[in-house]
Amino acid sequence: MHELSVIASLFDTLLEQAKAHKARAITMVKLEVGALSGVVPELLESAFEMYKAGTIAEKAKLVIDRRPFQVRCRTCGTVETREDFVFACPPCGSTDLEIVSGTELILEKIEAETDDPGDT
Amino acid sequence: MPKKDILVLQDLLLSNAQAAAAIRAELEGRGILAVNIMSSPGAGKTSLLERIAERTAGSLKIAVIEGDIETERDTERIRAKGVPAWQITTGGACHLEAKMVGKVLPSVPPETEILFIENVGNLVCPAGYDLGERLRIVLLSAPEGDDKPKKYPKAFTTAQTLVLTKADLFPHLPFDPAKAKAEALELNPKLDVFITSAVTGEGLDELIAHLRRKREEIQPHA
Repeated sequence: MHELSVIASLFDTLLEQAKAHKARAITMVKLEVGALSGVVPELLESAFEMYKAGTIAEKAKLVIDRRPFQVRCRTCGTVETREDFVFACPPCGSTDLEIVSGTELILEKIEAETDDPGDT
Repeated sequence: MPKKDILVLQDLLLSNAQAAAAIRAELEGRGILAVNIMSSPGAGKTSLLERIAERTAGSLKIAVIEGDIETERDTERIRAKGVPAWQITTGGACHLEAKMVGKVLPSVPPETEILFIENVGNLVCPAGYDLGERLRIVLLSAPEGDDKPKKYPKAFTTAQTLVLTKADLFPHLPFDPAKAKAEALELNPKLDVFITSAVTGEGLDELIAHLRRKREEIQPHA
């Protein structure tokens, strides 16, 4: 249950970005959230709604791209994609697995209203 | 009003990661091994530190940062062993963050060899936050049950050392240490596993020897 502190950290970045790009309002925020990132997307959404009031992102929509958990077996090379945790390689049973994706917790992009539509 | 897309691609926990990197660089430069200890509440983190303090008194310089939601109780227990200790009370937050630890660093005596950071008792959230430690230890106590590693995978996949605590209770509980160990190793085959009891002293010498080895791996620099 540390989603609120993740959102607080997100807003620090949003304010910096808004300033750097002379944004008047942030209208959309897109995150990549891995299945094994340790946060729950629904709780991130609640925290975002709570936090955005009175900020430059007051009217922003939060979009969450959920990334599945993917591992590569170091024994047989199989790549396995799941929504939940994988404990052993399905074909060979090896537990020597390398995490390929699913731990992301990334601010991918922001959509903003600005007087200065120049560079992006 | 025109709209534009701003591509950011930044880790949401970047500010924590940066603070943690600075702590790691500073502590390793000073030759200090930082150890982040995580577990459920009541798994025996503070008791383990008390026993380590007693057994290493005079031979190893340790210091302890205590993280709790409220009270200075744990810090008082550690100080009673003659070990420098600082309390971080998070006032409700479920985990420590690197910036909280960073504020304590100037107080850590230069002769310190191992700095233990006892995280807030919680097997979930602390696992997501790098505190700048070199070694992460997760504790699992017998009363919690041997089925916990797969229920809380992140704590066990991000740790390098597992300590099964309260071994004196094994005969009284349906806790199978071999099963707990096997399940944790399935998640993380590289885990070093120790079995301890803060009551009988079982396994403490082995764990302390492990900590000394980890401390010796650090090459202090200017």
